[in-house]
Amino acid sequence: MNESLPRELVPAVIGVLVRRGADFAAAEDAVQDALVEAVRGWPDDPPRDPKGWLVTVAWRKYLDAIRADTSRRRREERVEAEPAPGPGEARDDTLRLYFLCAHPSLTPASAVALTLRAVGGLTTRQIAQAYLVPEPTMAQRISRAKRTVSGVRFDQPGDVATVLRVLYLVFNEGYSGDVDLSAEAIRLTRQLATVTDHEEVAGLLALLLRHHARRPARTGRDGRLVPLAEQDRSLWDTHLISEGVDLLQAALARDRLGEFQAQAAIAALHADAPRVEETDWVQIVEWYDELVRLTDSPVARLNRAVAVGEADGPRAGLAALSGLDPALPRHAAVAAYLHERDGDPQTAARLYAQAARSAPNLPERDHLTRQAARLNAELRAERGPSRGPARRAE
Amino acid sequence: MAKYLLLKHYRGAPAAVNDVPMDQWEPDEVSAHLQYMRDFATRLEGTGEFVDSQALSPDGTFVRYDGEGRPPVTDGPFAETKDLIAGWMVIDVETYERALELAGELSAAPGAGGKPIHEWLEVRPFYGEQSTATG
Repeated sequence: MNESLPRELVPAVIGVLVRRGADFAAAEDAVQDALVEAVRGWPDDPPRDPKGWLVTVAWRKYLDAIRADTSRRRREERVEAEPAPGPGEARDDTLRLYFLCAHPSLTPASAVALTLRAVGGLTTRQIAQAYLVPEPTMAQRISRAKRTVSGVRFDQPGDVATVLRVLYLVFNEGYSGDVDLSAEAIRLTRQLATVTDHEEVAGLLALLLRHHARRPARTGRDGRLVPLAEQDRSLWDTHLISEGVDLLQAALARDRLGEFQAQAAIAALHADAPRVEETDWVQIVEWYDELVRLTDSPVARLNRAVAVGEADGPRAGLAALSGLDPALPRHAAVAAYLHERDGDPQTAARLYAQAARSAPNLPERDHLTRQAARLNAELRAERGPSRGPARRAE
Repeated sequence: MAKYLLLKHYRGAPAAVNDVPMDQWEPDEVSAHLQYMRDFATRLEGTGEFVDSQALSPDGTFVRYDGEGRPPVTDGPFAETKDLIAGWMVIDVETYERALELAGELSAAPGAGGKPIHEWLEVRPFYGEQSTATG
């Protein structure tokens, strides 16, 4: 059996229950219960009509739940009279579920958790493991999120941009525990692309595929971070890269540029270079200009400074950096890189050590510490064989 | 079994024997140190004694309540003299002696010149659960 099959059906099945009159929170619970039975029973006894099976079992679970609550009796009578939806409606239901789970009234963390459960069909335990929080904490986050959206009409149209931001957050979480959140974000973005025709959805999918294609090269033996310039490009997944190219070209042809298309274009220019020396930095700078225009994001400006440093030399890069807030994440790392390229290893070493202290995660901290250590070792070698006063503890 | 916290300090512990900031090591020495730490945790998972390990960023701030309707007061980061936690490992072991033995091994992680750092680690016992047999 295709192990992800029951999970793929989750949004459509929730949609059927909601159309029959179940409220979203109860429908979602019922489908989770049905999913648990599916995961247990299907490997030995796969149903001929998996979706029909899930609808039947989830509906029974839902009725059991509301029968247990007699105050809801009248609603039960009403909902049993609702007709089943037509085949075209599953597509719309899935899209509506994405909108609901990414509703602007939810915090980003709540939207992520609700999306993974109601659209992705992951269990609360899996989501809790992936985000390294206790299961009851994640259960509370999800049930609070459901309460927050309980007043939102299911058929209310939403903004695809909010959904894309949620999926991008999921992707960036990477993988810990037994759930690969990057792969899950790609699956959910693919599914979104099949139910909506939007160039930014294609742009995000292209971007995620490019990043994912590089994953085998991004981590070296012993778990260390390998920066883009040093990656073994033969490890990149060319199949994913070419799928991303096709998606991006089709999206760009529609001439409605957005931030994810611009980011995907930058990732594409990196992927196009067989060797790092062949990277088309001039074009990358032009795409960063677009990205800055579209988002006005300081992070985009910071990355642009790196690209400018490659295209026009480190002095130009440092000039592009000069107007930016030094408190920006990774500002010191970018400054260190540009100072080293500018032939100032002392300043670079100091900035790399400073960047290590404010690194957002351990692989980056360790990488930056190694960079500082490398430069300090070179400086010691220039000064002579004695390990000298720089070795003194501070 | 009893749980112990092995606490590592950025500042506040007595100075290590081989006390050189990490960015002054050879890059290979940095890698060897990180590998030692990973191997140590993996080995304790294998013996069933590993519970948790976390590292903290050095950018700490002190915060306290400042009265109704007022935002909390913050202070710090502080000068060199203050205590600063770098991270910890939680272990679950049979005896206190075993906790000391493991802390000693962790303190032997290689540093500058490939020699052990002899770093001071603080070993703190957790309060246990109230025993149902004696309660």
